[in-house]
Amino acid sequence: MTDSIKLSIYRRDPDLDTAPRYQTYEIQPEPGQTVLMALYHILDNVDKSIAFRASCRSAVCGSCGMHINGQNRLACETQLAPLGNEILIEPLPHLPVLKDLVVDMTAFWDKYEKVRPYLIAMKNPPEKERLQSPAQRKRIDEFIDCILCACCHSTCTLDAWSNDYLGPAALAKAYRFVADTRDEGGVERLKIVASEEGVFRCHTIFNCTEECPKKISPTFAIQEMKKKVLVAKFSGKM
Amino acid sequence: MKHQVIVVGGGLAGLRAAVESAMLGADTAVLSLLYPVRSHSGAAQGGVNAALANMPECKDDTPAKHAYDTVKGSDFLADQDCAEILTSDAPVRIYELEHWGVPFSRTPEGRIAQRPFGGAGYPRTCYASDKTGLYILHTLNEQAVKHGIKVYNEWAVLSLARDGAMNHGLVAMNLQTGEIASFGADAVIIATGGAGRIFRRTSNAMQSTGYTLGMAYRAGVPLKDMEFVQFHPTTIIGTNILMTEGARGEGGYLVNNQGERFMSKYAPKAMELAPRDIVSRSIQIEINEGHGFPDGGGCVHLDLRHLGREKILERLPGIRDLAISFLGIDCIEKPVPIQPGQHFIMGGIDTDKDGATILPGVFAAGECASVSVHGANRLGGNSLLECVVMGQRAGAAAGNFVKAKSSAIQDAVLNDAVKKTSADVDALLKSDGKERLVTLRDTMAQTMTDNIGIFREEKPMADALATMRELRARFRDIGVDAKNRKFNLDLLRTIELGGMLDAAETIAAGALARKESRGAHSRLDFKTRDDANWMKHTLAHFTPDGARLEYESVVQTKWQPEERKY
Ligand SMILES: Cc1cc2nc3c(=O)[nH]c(=O)nc-3n(C[C@H](O)[C@H](O)[C@H](O)COP(=O)(O)OP(=O)(O)OC[C@H]3O[C@@H](n4cnc5c(N)ncnc54)[C@H](O)[C@@H]3O)c2cc1C
Ligand code: FES
Repeated sequence: MTDSIKLSIYRRDPDLDTAPRYQTYEIQPEPGQTVLMALYHILDNVDKSIAFRASCRSAVCGSCGMHINGQNRLACETQLAPLGNEILIEPLPHLPVLKDLVVDMTAFWDKYEKVRPYLIAMKNPPEKERLQSPAQRKRIDEFIDCILCACCHSTCTLDAWSNDYLGPAALAKAYRFVADTRDEGGVERLKIVASEEGVFRCHTIFNCTEECPKKISPTFAIQEMKKKVLVAKFSGKM
Repeated sequence: MKHQVIVVGGGLAGLRAAVESAMLGADTAVLSLLYPVRSHSGAAQGGVNAALANMPECKDDTPAKHAYDTVKGSDFLADQDCAEILTSDAPVRIYELEHWGVPFSRTPEGRIAQRPFGGAGYPRTCYASDKTGLYILHTLNEQAVKHGIKVYNEWAVLSLARDGAMNHGLVAMNLQTGEIASFGADAVIIATGGAGRIFRRTSNAMQSTGYTLGMAYRAGVPLKDMEFVQFHPTTIIGTNILMTEGARGEGGYLVNNQGERFMSKYAPKAMELAPRDIVSRSIQIEINEGHGFPDGGGCVHLDLRHLGREKILERLPGIRDLAISFLGIDCIEKPVPIQPGQHFIMGGIDTDKDGATILPGVFAAGECASVSVHGANRLGGNSLLECVVMGQRAGAAAGNFVKAKSSAIQDAVLNDAVKKTSADVDALLKSDGKERLVTLRDTMAQTMTDNIGIFREEKPMADALATMRELRARFRDIGVDAKNRKFNLDLLRTIELGGMLDAAETIAAGALARKESRGAHSRLDFKTRDDANWMKHTLAHFTPDGARLEYESVVQTKWQPEERKY
């Protein structure tokens, strides 16, 4: 029989508790068990009051970002075994807590909406598909994989603590369109990302890149857009 | 809160419907338990079908051929007029998605790339590596933002607000606060997705509960063809997370413990690319006859090694990551142990070809609805298609419906509805009932998987039906342990279970009554299809004593039923 492990979970309802408490649950891990499966085990069998978000349990919906042993990760793809016998589970840091592991995502979605996160097309599209070569399509490979889990948003204090810095997730989303040969947002979108709230606020600390569960580099996207902004400025387009 | 149109659910079907109705100028909102981009549509991997004829091998593909494959795949239970709509609207809807920004994979000429899928005569499945659903979902969410559609996030619909003749809106619970409120709407479009959690082994998300099937059913809308449940051949053992059919489309093999590509025995021509019902049964027979591997309670291997690293990394990177994360197996080096798991419900809320139900002002689209385009077995790649085609049609129908009349929402009906639903929830929170969620839910899921699975028979199905009725009775004595209303998962999941038990009962009742084998409904005691008596849709109507079944004929346009050989 494997040894039991202790999960220490952040508990707080801001309406009732002035400070968080950490509640410890001892469980008998099963082979292959993930942090999310452990949370469901606790919810089903031990403590029905615990709150967390999850749905797909296959690392694609972006619901279950949390701070596990000091790192932002997706609970559903994080195996218990390598985490040791004592595991600390907290909500995504720097964000307002709604309850337990559930954080307020309002600012995150507001910032997403600010970058005009949709393909901007000026011309009428052709009757069939627009042509795009496999090589052109490859340029956005990395950035279309973002699942908006907010792990980067939470780890970037510049982003999480300020209401206006657009932050890595929204900027990576903007870059997904900037780098897409089909997008005609051009200077209009560059103006948004070049604003005071945009790319030049990034201090290239790389936290976002390090904590992205999908191995996306918002830092790269931000640097690429800085270059594009400079080119646009020097060539008089902005 | 009032809107002309409220779409419940922010998956592919819901968002597509909302965008359509907003474009028509109707005041449209989405109300969704999950943030839209969290919907399970995002987990769809393989692709979406349309006869675009983009590949050299499919130059003579046409929507009519796609319709024929769909009808044959459905084992002749799909309504043929609906299958024709599905497939003739398909190219328009896919080009539209491309115009909105979906990053499809491309052919060398720069066109949308297509791959072979099961049961299809041509490579017809348009794909974006193996994350097609994710990219379409995010693109539709982007369109919803562009159109300024209001989204009520993390609200769970609990009931419809109707009087005898028509619907006036709905009642929902805000998960973040626990508040229960009514929403007035001249038209409600239900687009809440799958119901996989009724079963134990499923590829579906935790939130694919099927609650709203029970909700609509109790509001007087029949559920159609519920006995037809798709079991996907290749879900990984343990978690039953999906390995896309695209893996076989790209050339993957299914292998038993003798090292044999056993599909040669069951579908010598189509091999691994026979339709899902056939492949799942073949795998189950191999396991039952001792040709499987013992892991995960029985499995066979999905072998991709011969595809080579490069092709796997380019075409199937997502499932490679999944097998590494969840099994510790890299499919470049080792075969992946897989077994069939519940995947999709062909049945659902009965609608016409515009998504309208018999209750005026209530529409449904996507996996929760049954039009029926999938009949007794859905072809891979036809469900994302159904979401965008029927989502668009339902959005248009609802938009036009509300614009053609002046609003008739009655506050009194809304107030009554919210009072009644709040009282029900209060009673549940206060109840000292002895029953608990976990026992009832696990009994339901285990019974459904064991007794109404891939192979079916009179006695186990009758037992399952009795069990569902007994669980329904026990549910009346249920209580919840968590009392705080905020983000109360115990409360939400207990409420959901009520709807799931209703839906489960209709599955059991429909399956028990249908004395033939057709598509995914495969009976050991009635092994053949019986067109003379059973080429008809099941309609389950709610009565306090259980489901009352009625039948409706299948619409046939061009095709006579024939034997399905692949
Ligand atoms: C793993 C997997 C892979 C698949 N791959 C493919 C594929 O390659 N090709 C293909 O064609 N099909 C595929 N399918 C099937 C297809 O993805 C689904 O049938 C389809 O995406 C369902 O979309 P939907 O919009 O109907 O529902 P969903 O995307 O599930 O959305 C349902 C929405 O309803 C909301 N909701 C649910 N309950 C409530 C409630 N009570 N109150 C308020 N809101 C609620 C949810 O929040 C969600 O927003 C796959 C399915 C799975 C599970
Ligand atoms: S539950 Fe969906 S990403 Fe973890």
